[in-house]
Amino acid sequence: MKQIKHHLTEPLLIGYAAGTLPEAFNLVVATHITMCDDCRAALAAYDAIGGEVMLDSEPVNVAEDALAATLAMIEAGAPVANTKPARAANSLFPGPLQDYVSGDIDSLKWRKVGGGVSQMVLNTSKDASVRLLRIPAGTAVPDHGHHGTELTLVLQGAFVDDDDRFAAGDVEVANEEMHHTPVAEEGMDCICLAATDAPLRFNGLVPRIAQRFIGI
Amino acid sequence: MLTEPNTLTNADARPPAVIYDGFKAQSVRKLRNTKVNPEASAKRMAWVVQVNAVRDNKDRKAFAELFGYFAPRVKSFLMKSGASPDLAEECTQEVMATLWNKAHMFDPAKASVSTWIFTIARNRKIDILRKQRRPEPEDLTWGPEAEPDQVDAIGLQQETEQLGQALATLPAEQRQLIERAYFGELSHSQIAAETGLPLGTIKSRIRLALDRLRHAMK
Repeated sequence: MKQIKHHLTEPLLIGYAAGTLPEAFNLVVATHITMCDDCRAALAAYDAIGGEVMLDSEPVNVAEDALAATLAMIEAGAPVANTKPARAANSLFPGPLQDYVSGDIDSLKWRKVGGGVSQMVLNTSKDASVRLLRIPAGTAVPDHGHHGTELTLVLQGAFVDDDDRFAAGDVEVANEEMHHTPVAEEGMDCICLAATDAPLRFNGLVPRIAQRFIGI
Repeated sequence: MLTEPNTLTNADARPPAVIYDGFKAQSVRKLRNTKVNPEASAKRMAWVVQVNAVRDNKDRKAFAELFGYFAPRVKSFLMKSGASPDLAEECTQEVMATLWNKAHMFDPAKASVSTWIFTIARNRKIDILRKQRRPEPEDLTWGPEAEPDQVDAIGLQQETEQLGQALATLPAEQRQLIERAYFGELSHSQIAAETGLPLGTIKSRIRLALDRLRHAMK
């Protein structure tokens, strides 16, 4: 794995640790952490803070028979299976993404969003949305600003935004002040996982009309 | 859980009101030398022993002790996160049952028992309260002989204890802000906008925990 230069922000790590982020953001965070040991360690530290906050909260009495009821539940063998995903061999998609996407890049149901860029919206809770973006080598994503926060994680290839270069594993965190225009590098298509908690606003006329139909 | 005042730099020379500034100014090196409250640290290692007893011997007495301490705190966390008392009760029992069933997955070189139980409760909260799937990172792949290192385990338990003590010594206002973030009263963008989120004062503590975790992950 190449060196990852662009990491998750502290508020996102805290939100993931606290369990308060929308599912779409959780997916980007979990996928980045799968690729980034630094953020994995940082998350463990924020989990630890959560544990200490929990320890410190005023204890609330549990039911008198709570222990007995729990032991009964254990004896009944209530399944608590929650095995973590393992990555299918040779897949571009890290484990967390494979719960949402099946197949390889070319078999996905891509839809054009203009300028040669395609997307596939993934199915998550509605408080935010997340999509795979496929940006042909050398192509720019249509100029867009946004309300809220947008996370863009590179899975393959690389893009350049202003002076920053984002390669596989890097995540760009954009807020509403930013108007950015990611341009995919020459060489190979750039595949990104992009989440936003508000609709993207593409600034050109054609993308804006397209937006009404594709609902992003 | 307050640290003794004499473990703080120059505490004697300062009026109590600015004792926290003394704490902030401490270098990482000095933090490293901060005395661990031996009783609290022993309690943390005792939890580890209890989880291992559940794992190895299905030890009900050890489980009852963990239950007695953690269940009321898990319930409190869930209620503060918005669960009704009944739902919190049900959820707490499920969390504690998960502790029993997954005791073999606990690794004391990577988490304190309090951290581990918190993550189980948090995941349950997302299932039950928010009715969402929770994407989880892939596990790291370990070599065939990935027995947790005893020294790493003790080190991480102490580091977490000190993180807890640092949190406890924050001024009430700052601690409440952190609690609000973890109970879900602040969104990530509110946290980002909240310049007052007082992680700064516990940053060096977090950094030490991080060093320890990075080492354990190697």
